[in-house]
Amino acid sequence: MDIISTVALASIISAGLCMGIGAIGPGIGQGRAVSGALSSIAQQPDERNSLTRTLFVGLAMIESIAIYCFVISMILVFANPFWTYVIKKAGG
Amino acid sequence: MEVMAMYQISPDQVILFTWHFITINATLVYTWLIMGLLVFGSVIVTRNLSTDRTMSRWQNLLEVIVGGIRSEIRDVVREDVDVYFTFIGTLFLFILASNIFTFIPGYVAPTSSLTTTATLAILVFFAVPIYGIAKQGILEYLKEYFRPIFIFFPFHVMGELSRTLALAVRLFGNLMSHEKVIAILLAVTPLFFPVVMQVLGLLIGLIQAYIFAVLAMVYIASATQSHEEMEHTKQQN
Repeated sequence: MDIISTVALASIISAGLCMGIGAIGPGIGQGRAVSGALSSIAQQPDERNSLTRTLFVGLAMIESIAIYCFVISMILVFANPFWTYVIKKAGG
Repeated sequence: MEVMAMYQISPDQVILFTWHFITINATLVYTWLIMGLLVFGSVIVTRNLSTDRTMSRWQNLLEVIVGGIRSEIRDVVREDVDVYFTFIGTLFLFILASNIFTFIPGYVAPTSSLTTTATLAILVFFAVPIYGIAKQGILEYLKEYFRPIFIFFPFHVMGELSRTLALAVRLFGNLMSHEKVIAILLAVTPLFFPVVMQVLGLLIGLIQAYIFAVLAMVYIASATQSHEEMEHTKQQN
């Protein structure tokens, strides 16, 4: 297997792994956050507005961890920084 | 109309015009459009303001927006709202305006390019020490880096750098992933489902603008309120 296909294989597989493993933690975190917010709303329905607002902000902060993984995998697939090096190496 | 191809993850790669070393890409053009919209919209609305009970609906809209931003800032800092209002309000309005128009075909949000979000995050990075030094003097500000003991200095510096990076990548990643999800869904299930995701994208854009502004405000507030002051308010409460 030549060097270009090795780099392509490694990039694609690690992009998938990055997204897959990186989504586990935020998934658990978001589930716990929503369950906590739901039980709080069930106990104190009057505070629903401020709880919902805080919940959305917290969810977006947790979600950004998964978004970092998505950015990394997008960079690996579409804008791999090693491509130019590898192609120069293989060509010259 | 699709401005960006499927494999392009940043509107920086869409180059519209080149003249010697000057390159005009889609990010720049849409940033100028948003800036023009904000500036001229505000100028036109505020040209004839009224103080009696009848006012134009646009003045009412601007008053609601300005009042909302002020009350949010007041919730965080509790004093000197006007000092922070210009900076935080500008950040919020620019990010909100660039996120909210993504439902227009042919428009690419300038915040879905890492250059724009990195610029905004670097602005926050420099605004924190500027506001901190202006509020409590350079010595008091630098002392904060050596609390509770001098060993913590590198951790404070690393924290400042990493939170700037996180601020930039969070906004960029959310907007970029939204655009990519829309593009993928258009290829898989056209017509109905992308519209639902566009509606979700409006919510995401609003929340991300809010989070960016609130985080910038919290960072600035943590630099301007010194340690003793916070202890003092804690004892009062």
